[in-house]
Amino acid sequence: MTLIDHPIIDQPPIGAVLVVGGGIAGMQASLDLADQGFKVYLVEKESAIGGKMAQLDKTFPTNDCAMCTISPKLVETGRHPNIQIMTNCEVVNVAGESGNFFAHIHKQPRYIDPVKCVACGDCTQVCPVIVPDKFNQSLSKRNAVYKLYPQAVPNSYAIEKRGIAPCRDACPAGQRVQGYIALIREGRWQDAMRVIKMDNPFPGICGRICNHRCETACNRNLVDEPINIRALKRFITDKVYAEPPQPVTPLPISFPDQPVAIIGAGPCGLTAAQDLIRAGFPVTVFEAMPVAGGMLRLGVPEFRLPSEIIEREVQEIIQLGIDLRLNHQVNNLDDLFTQGFAAVLIAVGAHEGIRLPIPGANLDGVLINTRFLRDVRLGKYRPSDKGLIVKADALPLGKNVLVLGGGNVAIDVARSAVRLGCKVSMACLESQGQMPAHPWEVEAALAEGINILPSRSFERVVGNEMGQVRGVECMRVSSFSFDESGRLTVEKTPDSTEIISCDSVIFSVGQRAGLAFIPDDAGVGLTTRKTIAINPNTFAATRPGVFAAGDSVSGTSFVIEAVDSGHKSALTIVRYLKGENLEPAPKPELPVVQLDRQEIDERIARGEIKRQPRQPLINLPVNQRIDNFNEVESGYDDASAQAEAARCLACGICSECMSCVFACGVNAIDHDMLATDEDLQVGAVILAPGYQVFQAELTEEYGFGRYPNVITSLQFERLLSASGPTLGHIQRPSDHQTPNRIAFLQCVGSRDANHDYCSSVCCMAATKEAIMAKEHEHHLDIQVFMMDMRAFSKGYWSYYERARQHYGIKYTRCRISAIRQEPQTHNLIIEYQDESGNLCQEKFDMAVLSVGMEIPEATRQLGQRLGIELDQYGFCKTDQANPLETSRAGIFAVGPFREPKDIPESVIEASAAAAAVACQISPARFSQTSQIEYPTERDVSNDQPRVGVFVCHCGSNIGGYLDVPDVSQYASSLPNVVHAENNLYTCSQDSIKHITEQIKEHNLNRVVVASCTPRTHEPLFQDSLRMAGLNPFLFEMANIRNQCSWVHSNDNLAATQKARDLVRMAVARASLLAPLHTIEIPVQRAALVVGGGAAGMTAALTLADQGFPVHLVEKDNQLGGNLRFTRVTLPESTNIHPIAVQEILSQLISRTLAHPGIIVHLQSEIVSSRGFMGNFTSSVIHPGGATTEITHGTTILAIGGQEYRGPEYGYGTDPRILTQQQFEALLTDPTTPDLKQSAPDSVAMLLCVGPAEKYCSRICCTVAIKNALLVKQRNPKSQVVILYKDIRTYGFKEQLYTRARQQGILFIRYDDEHPPQVLAATNEPLSIRAWDPNLHRMLELNPELLVLSMPVIPQPDIHKFSAKFKVSVDTDGFLFEAHVKLRPVDFANDGIFMAGLAHYPKLLPESIIQAQAAASRAARILSRSTLTAGGSVAVVDQTKCTGCLTCVRICPFNVPKIQSNLLGIGNIHGAAYIEIAVCQGCGICVAECPARAIQLMHYTDSQLNAKLAALVNPSLAFIPLTALVQVDD
Amino acid sequence: MPEQPLQIIALSCEHCAYNAADLAGNLRMQYPPNIKIVILPCTGRLDELLVLHALEEGADGVMIAG
Repeated sequence: MTLIDHPIIDQPPIGAVLVVGGGIAGMQASLDLADQGFKVYLVEKESAIGGKMAQLDKTFPTNDCAMCTISPKLVETGRHPNIQIMTNCEVVNVAGESGNFFAHIHKQPRYIDPVKCVACGDCTQVCPVIVPDKFNQSLSKRNAVYKLYPQAVPNSYAIEKRGIAPCRDACPAGQRVQGYIALIREGRWQDAMRVIKMDNPFPGICGRICNHRCETACNRNLVDEPINIRALKRFITDKVYAEPPQPVTPLPISFPDQPVAIIGAGPCGLTAAQDLIRAGFPVTVFEAMPVAGGMLRLGVPEFRLPSEIIEREVQEIIQLGIDLRLNHQVNNLDDLFTQGFAAVLIAVGAHEGIRLPIPGANLDGVLINTRFLRDVRLGKYRPSDKGLIVKADALPLGKNVLVLGGGNVAIDVARSAVRLGCKVSMACLESQGQMPAHPWEVEAALAEGINILPSRSFERVVGNEMGQVRGVECMRVSSFSFDESGRLTVEKTPDSTEIISCDSVIFSVGQRAGLAFIPDDAGVGLTTRKTIAINPNTFAATRPGVFAAGDSVSGTSFVIEAVDSGHKSALTIVRYLKGENLEPAPKPELPVVQLDRQEIDERIARGEIKRQPRQPLINLPVNQRIDNFNEVESGYDDASAQAEAARCLACGICSECMSCVFACGVNAIDHDMLATDEDLQVGAVILAPGYQVFQAELTEEYGFGRYPNVITSLQFERLLSASGPTLGHIQRPSDHQTPNRIAFLQCVGSRDANHDYCSSVCCMAATKEAIMAKEHEHHLDIQVFMMDMRAFSKGYWSYYERARQHYGIKYTRCRISAIRQEPQTHNLIIEYQDESGNLCQEKFDMAVLSVGMEIPEATRQLGQRLGIELDQYGFCKTDQANPLETSRAGIFAVGPFREPKDIPESVIEASAAAAAVACQISPARFSQTSQIEYPTERDVSNDQPRVGVFVCHCGSNIGGYLDVPDVSQYASSLPNVVHAENNLYTCSQDSIKHITEQIKEHNLNRVVVASCTPRTHEPLFQDSLRMAGLNPFLFEMANIRNQCSWVHSNDNLAATQKARDLVRMAVARASLLAPLHTIEIPVQRAALVVGGGAAGMTAALTLADQGFPVHLVEKDNQLGGNLRFTRVTLPESTNIHPIAVQEILSQLISRTLAHPGIIVHLQSEIVSSRGFMGNFTSSVIHPGGATTEITHGTTILAIGGQEYRGPEYGYGTDPRILTQQQFEALLTDPTTPDLKQSAPDSVAMLLCVGPAEKYCSRICCTVAIKNALLVKQRNPKSQVVILYKDIRTYGFKEQLYTRARQQGILFIRYDDEHPPQVLAATNEPLSIRAWDPNLHRMLELNPELLVLSMPVIPQPDIHKFSAKFKVSVDTDGFLFEAHVKLRPVDFANDGIFMAGLAHYPKLLPESIIQAQAAASRAARILSRSTLTAGGSVAVVDQTKCTGCLTCVRICPFNVPKIQSNLLGIGNIHGAAYIEIAVCQGCGICVAECPARAIQLMHYTDSQLNAKLAALVNPSLAFIPLTALVQVDD
Repeated sequence: MPEQPLQIIALSCEHCAYNAADLAGNLRMQYPPNIKIVILPCTGRLDELLVLHALEEGADGVMIAG
């Protein structure tokens, strides 16, 4: 036997990818990956994807609406079957290694099930909590239940919970204080009462006698005074109880065999009784006293708590069907079980007063607190003109009463005695300040004339010879203490004995439970404190089936605690009776919200909190209260209650008032949702966590947060947005007036001591905001204060020019250090030094801070958890050769997380990262994806139309504003309609299923849904058609919400009429709809890459590494392109790793040449290219003139550019005048070993030469500074002067600029009015004359060399080249992308992509990234074996075609062709042909065709005309079935 | 004064104007109910015959938004 060595087989990679961050970059990466056959988990911490771009108003340089451009991406991401969006999620950590990671995800509860939620918004209508809307940058308010923004994906609401408000936390019963206070603020009295009663059946009682710990905990204490919670609770009960009680219907009993006995009808017993009967158990309450209510009824005096309130609240419980047995003392626990009770709750309270064991304690005239109060309550003492009348079964009471004790009960006793006409004193052990009674109770007692004798010990009760009380012998107490076992030690002052004379003594030193009915052998254990022993979690006593709660287990406490234990014990009893585990189920563990000083101050500064003390309450004057038992305190009126409620800080955000739960028609809300954790297995990770704007409130100098009219640029975006807080009107926050003068302050949080980087976007963003502001308000005067204008990318320079020339926006070069505010007007005063050094002062109505990009703390922590390297600012470190991969293999970073950047570059990086990921896990393509299976389609082409109409209420969104049943009834009367119905939510899960069933049941062959907008909901409903075997094109929507009920909400009748009209129009078109089919076209799974430079080779390698064959065509005789002329890239700085360029290049070349999947065609050119996405054929001419044909599915154009070599500034006339490329070659020439020789002693560099006056060549500033630093490195004494217009070292390139200045490189600015003059004459020194704007004089420089920064220009034959591929170029000759923001590497023609300098000048890493992005876009096509085409496309009826070429000329996508082999009208050769695989379905050719030979499927003339006719002419007969042909007549 | 309320047909591109009308609804902006919006795949699809047809059928006005 031989041992066989098994080779180690690499574990195959996982075909799934984790994308972190749902902004534009995260979405793009997800879509590219999902389209390429990978499963994507898109993790987003907010409740919806969209990121920062969703907050922007417009985008530069096209002024496109940001939301309009991002919205289709949102919908596509949301609906992609291979993308799982995980909102409210964060990545905890990632274990494993590249190809096989385990990502641990923590999901915060959303409290709304996004699958069930139909986004009707009914919840927000009832949510009483109002908080600043963070999406609108706190410029407006929103509810605690919210959708992030109207177009949010997932289209679902979420509830924001910050935690438990401290008031609720402090309340033993967990009263949702914040909730009912918010409802009081809104004047919703009944709702407020409902919220209180959820946790407390005795609100009227607690509103009076609760000790309101909630107020002590209230965060408002940090502002001024706590909310007067108790008074508000009392207010609402008074308000509601002023109305007669609603009759209570007894509840049904579900478990008649499991009756529960409750001993004691106090607050605890009754609360439990209520909960148990609500759970369906029969309840009997045994009460020893003649009245129910326990201590409330018998222990609290009337003047604090009127009997009628107790009676009302008790009755509301009893009437639920409780069997209440008054005067029924339970004598033996066993009896109850014998009687058949399945469980017993002991809630007997603590009714036994304590008599101190001192001499004389049993004398006549000694009373006990509980008995005394009870007898007062039962009317056994009644004051009269003739003195006190005492009933026979009560103890007599003397004129002079001494109460022993200092607690709340003692005060009640004393104040009751005052009201019986007695002269009352109180004596207690404690000093007056330490009395256990609340200070306000003590105060009330003193006010009523009660004499308090503190710090007394009770030695004995002194009696006369008749045995009647005459006084109490006391001693002064100097101190006292309790030891651990509760034993009291008292230090008495010697010789302080005194006798306090009185006729009656009332002991009020404590109470305990009377537990005599529990015999020793009952199996119920007691504690040493003579309370019942229970498990504190379950309230279960030691005997099974016996539970105990309230004062009988806890000792004396407050009503609210009794209520709490009543609830909890009832819950356990229910679990016990159902045979479940007694321990309670886990609940969401929310933190208690403790606001700190800083937050309070910030909120006050932002104006969110205004200082305002409590609304005052009025007490009954003392002279009106001491002779009666009337209530002392009067409550709030409506207005003062609402004003008091408005002071609430809404600490917890959601208050769990449950209003939303009642409003939700689809049961989507679950307040008990728990945070969950999930492990995902993925092959790679892409981090796109985005940025935060600089927190301007943290800096003092600009007054943000203190001056209302200083706002951030992101806030200004929201002000400009039509869906923003002001609906697009520019208003000053201070007075909501339109401003006249606005200042923009650039570089706030960028290019400063703490941020040695440029945020790259702010200059253009401010320019855009200024332009848009001028578009909104033409009169505006706008001034931008900046250091340099960084308009460095495609189209930016001309945009900036337009801002200055056309819109008159002023740009001033300076840095503003401070803003002052005029206190009265809130106008802002800005002082600055202009370029000439003059001190200027200007007044503005508003200032916008162009806040830079920062990495939020949470992202830094994420980076640390994932073990990837970050720089000092928190940006992710990557290197230039592999620009997107982090320091941990398999984890990639894109977007501003890597370096500040704008949208197109983030999108490019996202695609590029998708390609980099695909290279690593391509063997696992399609291993984790899934497809939906639909039943076979039914052929309905020969059937009469049978239309089904489904009219949606959308909760109240439609149903609240128009008559939905009327519309559906009307629909049923329309021709061809065989079924019409209305649904509460047509888009809910069950309704979708229901439509499928109805299609089958009524044999429907057309469906109309009258609800919201087809833009979001059409695909969903089309799915239910497909599930029923119907073609999805047999569907039509009537938009009766967004375009009817919502916009005519004040006219129910007109809205109903319009809804009828819209439904009629929809039915008319639906009747004529025809099934449309798509076809599958095979894909040629190879790519053509044109251009063998860095971009071309990278693109080719990226595709070939994924297994796709590539033809690489290069016209030169070697690979390398422009990179051959670059010797060094950026020198090392904080963020920028240096790379050896030529090393990278030689690696690229050798890998390309050696790759088996790449066929390199050198010295070859493309002659022609034809075909469409998935099916191109191109001919290549090879050296020697031979041509071959290549078939390919996709094309990447990477033909590069070149350095301009024009005659400006004497170039070409003097060898001392060089370009940067030539200078770099000189500096790095290996044949000149003498470095000193290659690095001159003095160099001048001149930027923005030639064409760079018309567009910014982007890289020149950076390259010039790089070479300047190189000179300094070689020859530190060399004098280097750079003449510039703006220094555009965007992103981290700023660090080079900083370093250059530190090293003494001189920067002199020039402008177009004063261009430098160059004089070059043989044998004369070079002379450069330049105007120095700071020094105000002409300078003359005589450098050894003048280096001109010549811009990158397109290839000279670009127009000839673009014609071959039928692609567009822009006015500067660079390749023109399909959409500058969101399709930056695509052409308008599908299947062709671009990369590198041919698109625009860029640095090496940018070219590499763009090449990867182009490869990613191409791989979307190549990874599929077929492409789907057809559907709503243009179809030619060739028998009508005259071959006039109109369609050929008009089509923006160059799709129609005249084919000579096709016969047109009259059988003439040459008719139009439209390839359906390429047709975009716009219908332009249809509209223009003079012979009407073309029809657009799904939008045929007859379909559209039927719709128009049906509007105007309701009685119009519907066009008969014969019209249902593919091409209309 | 016409007896019937005016009927205005708004032919709207599904990529822009139709979306804008949806957003107007989201923002609860109010406009007269006699405007009926008809969706088109692109306003390029619109030909004059469609407009004339609407007017011929009796529409009082046609608005094109795209």
